[in-house]
Amino acid sequence: MGGFALSIEQLGVAVEGRQILRGINLQMKLGETHVLFGPNGSGKTTLLMAIMGFPRYQITEGKIIFKGTDITRLSLDERARLGIGMSFQRPPVVRGVKTRDMVAACLKEQDGEEQRINELAERVNMADFLDRDINYGFSGGEIKRSELMQLLAQKPELTLIDEPESGVDLVNISLIGELLNSLLEKDCPLVDRTCMGLVITHTGHILDYVNARTGYVMCDGVIGCEGDPHEILATIREKGYEECIQCFLRRTPSG
Amino acid sequence: MVEKKSGSHKDRARAASAKKAALGEDIDLSAYVSSTDEQPYQSDPSTLPAKTREQMLGAGVILDDPSQRSGTFIQMDNAPLHSSVRQEGIEVMAVGDALDKYDWLSDYWWQAVAVDTDKYTASVELSQHSGYFIRSLPGHKTDYPVQACLYLSKARLAQNVHNIIIAEEDSELHIITGCTTASDEEAGLHLGVSEFYIKRGARVTFTMIHNWNAETAVRPRTAVIVEEDGLFLSNYVLMKPVRSLQMYPSVTCAGENAAVRFNSILVAAAGSSLDAGSRVILNAREARTEIVSRAITTGGDITARGYIEGNAPDVKGHLECRGLILGGKGTIYAIPELKGTLAGIDLSHEAAVGKIAEEEVEYLMARGLTRDEATATIVRGFLRVDIEGLPPFLAAELQRAVEASERDIM
Repeated sequence: MGGFALSIEQLGVAVEGRQILRGINLQMKLGETHVLFGPNGSGKTTLLMAIMGFPRYQITEGKIIFKGTDITRLSLDERARLGIGMSFQRPPVVRGVKTRDMVAACLKEQDGEEQRINELAERVNMADFLDRDINYGFSGGEIKRSELMQLLAQKPELTLIDEPESGVDLVNISLIGELLNSLLEKDCPLVDRTCMGLVITHTGHILDYVNARTGYVMCDGVIGCEGDPHEILATIREKGYEECIQCFLRRTPSG
Repeated sequence: MVEKKSGSHKDRARAASAKKAALGEDIDLSAYVSSTDEQPYQSDPSTLPAKTREQMLGAGVILDDPSQRSGTFIQMDNAPLHSSVRQEGIEVMAVGDALDKYDWLSDYWWQAVAVDTDKYTASVELSQHSGYFIRSLPGHKTDYPVQACLYLSKARLAQNVHNIIIAEEDSELHIITGCTTASDEEAGLHLGVSEFYIKRGARVTFTMIHNWNAETAVRPRTAVIVEEDGLFLSNYVLMKPVRSLQMYPSVTCAGENAAVRFNSILVAAAGSSLDAGSRVILNAREARTEIVSRAITTGGDITARGYIEGNAPDVKGHLECRGLILGGKGTIYAIPELKGTLAGIDLSHEAAVGKIAEEEVEYLMARGLTRDEATATIVRGFLRVDIEGLPPFLAAELQRAVEASERDIM
């Protein structure tokens, strides 16, 4: 697939026997960040979960090619080790497992691990949380920072992020934007970037921080529209998702 | 053999010799043999056979390098093998020697534990085979723990011990006691009475590691009396198979501001039956306790009990009991109990029993861990009990003991 590091072809996904996604096509080159818009229940999170490989999200048709490998049948952890990472919206509390242990699990190198963990924690302003049980009593902003710290340690080539701005106050959002940039190598020329991002956003705030190349509008389990993310966001802000859906229906022959 | 001064203890024991215990499977004492074989005294326990030392090490007893211990007591079957002290202000000896040495010790004998509690305490009184006496003198603090090992080597042997631990006023005493067997398959019975007396301002940490075998029956009978400003901190680790264990150590906070903490880690493999709990009676103002237990079954049955009773103003107690069922079989029965008898007390508990949440496993797998690695990490976390007040080297040792056994669980 000419230069695409991620290629999703005619993907269908079912959850507990119910078909959620149909005919999803999405291509991404190395270094690009794409954004998913869409109303609640349109299937955005399902798409991310299916790409990550959660067993509850069953791929019923089509395939996912990542860096030239068909990962459609690979397990969650195999995909993670190939270079796919995800920021969880509502990660579980794991009692007795410290934030430090999670970061250590994400770091592949052994040398200087302790120092690297401490540096990362300083950077995301989470140093006081390293020896606490992961996610136990964390606020919305703390969860986001903890998730990004783990991803910064994991350095995935494809990062899947579900609503990075939700539940985050204005002070935190600039830090989170900055961390996302670092994760997605915004400050690096496109040709040198090796990281890709697929980001779900409701408000679009995150577009102020990340360098998104393509946007998609999902509705009812399909991608209805693809284009410049800022343009899409402006349309949604002005006319709402209703207009997007109407537009999509007008263009779909079966109605 | 120790002869008791008081005839009434013997009388009461005889009367209770057929009295079944309130809890746990009834053990037929006649199925076990008694032995009066003397063991030759070992002045240097590092000369014991390598296999024996290794088994003792598995229960936290270090014989090769005594510099990490302030005293050592070793009992094999029914006879004391060794006792020594490396630090001033500590006494460690066979309990019979202590009774000969100190007339006043009879004032402590069967004072915390009732001799007629059940047939096991009665049996210890009627055919007792030593045990240890450990005492810290007033104001003395141990840097390193005293270690005590109760070792079962003969098949079908009943080991009946009576231990007395006294921490005099403002002293600090750390004890590691390891119980283990020579054989992996021979049946045996361990009956152990332990009476702790923690005087005003004294602090005792008691770390007990049980490494029995799958045929051993174990009935410890422990009671502790904590005076004003005293602290009792107990850590109990049982991660190896045992046929039947029942114990419910009981602590009475008799003085104001006394504090008690119990941490227990219980693992039951298939064929193991454990009934273990911790009981704390808060009888004085501002006494407080925290009881934490973690139970894992990989096929055995665990009853995890906890009981806190508040009988004085401003007492505080919390009980946390969590159980994890790994694999298809096994039972965990968590029974947390609270009793308050007046206003102004604060008692609470939380209990949870279940399997590892799939959501937690997937969270770790999304970071690149395999399913097995993720499960092991979660189990390790479950067993990690952060213990306040434990000296760092003891905490590290406890952690090592837990980690050494993790492989058997997974």
